[in-house]
Amino acid sequence: MKITILGMGCKKCVEVYDNVKKAVEELKIDAEVVKITDAAKIAEYVMSTPGVVVDDEVIFEGKVPSVEEIKNELSKL
Amino acid sequence: MFGWLDYGARYIVENVLNMSMDTAIGSSVHFFIYDSLKIVILLSIMIFSISYIRSYFPPEKTKKILERYSGVSGNIMASLLGTVTPFCSCSSVPIFIGFIEAGVPLGVTLSFLITSPIVNEAAFAVLLASFGWQIAMIYVVSGVIIGVVGGLIIGKLGMENQVEEYVYSIRSRARKIKELTQKERLKFAYDSTRDIVKRVWLYILIGIGIGAIIHGYAPEEVLAKYAGPENPLAVIFATIIAVPLYSNALGTIPIAEALIGKGVGIGTALAFMMATTALSFPEAVLLRKVIKPKLIAVFFGITSIAIVITGYLFNILL
Repeated sequence: MKITILGMGCKKCVEVYDNVKKAVEELKIDAEVVKITDAAKIAEYVMSTPGVVVDDEVIFEGKVPSVEEIKNELSKL
Repeated sequence: MFGWLDYGARYIVENVLNMSMDTAIGSSVHFFIYDSLKIVILLSIMIFSISYIRSYFPPEKTKKILERYSGVSGNIMASLLGTVTPFCSCSSVPIFIGFIEAGVPLGVTLSFLITSPIVNEAAFAVLLASFGWQIAMIYVVSGVIIGVVGGLIIGKLGMENQVEEYVYSIRSRARKIKELTQKERLKFAYDSTRDIVKRVWLYILIGIGIGAIIHGYAPEEVLAKYAGPENPLAVIFATIIAVPLYSNALGTIPIAEALIGKGVGIGTALAFMMATTALSFPEAVLLRKVIKPKLIAVFFGITSIAIVITGYLFNILL
């Protein structure tokens, strides 16, 4: 599984990245977590940042999801 | 509307803290207690309501709406929608790309981008708490007008070649817009309220603290002389000082409130406030990724001039 954080580098994006990392650790799943800060790539997926994409599907956009929320969504996939 | 709160704050100052309302310190402490509570209450109510409305207008939907309008009505619509959209300036770049890619004209896109940071619900709430409905509405209306006029001018200048070429070649993946349930909208509104209040309360309290000191101690004659409505340079000066203060934008309002009480022009204070949110250096840096320096300069130039004009207008009118 590949989890991508979309954001141009503001404080919110950093929070999302940390929360995703934590969620992945707590769920003990094998996932690669990467950040995309390139505006063009971000715009392909979402218009409001920060966003979270799993493989090719957007699961969060325009908000900082909590660790719990991320765990919820990830376990649904 | 907040008479009870004024009474409560007075009670605390006079009977709990045993200070007289006639002393500088008593008056400062009263201002601090009353203003903090009033602002936090109004801020929460406002952010909750606007976030709820916003849940109906995610950027994808805004883009779809704007595709249907052309000419001036496009600018007006864009500017109006700009009043209820995101707080975070980080989103301006993907929103810009999304609009341009969908064929929304450059001028219309910029109407949106100009109004969006100028008019935000938190600033509206703090203004409402500090100055009442009239000024808060004037703030929104002038923010919309600045966006419409700015976008129209940029549209007329034909600056499409000032957008980075790659923007035109981006194709976003077509996605369905998720329709939210009522429960999800309320949760969204609750989450944003908590999030924004958590982010800004400290700035506001610091602002109120400084405001309270000004309220109790600042010399009236000096301020009125240098920053009063009669000093023609005050508005320009206020706009320039505001630019580096971006992150503390909301904290500046209670300061402005106290300053107005001491004779500073309302237009001067309004210009100062708008400039703190609309003209931010970090946003310019972000926008550089999609537009060339010349258009950034025009964007900031027009916005600053519009803010200064608004400032003068209100100093004359009010």
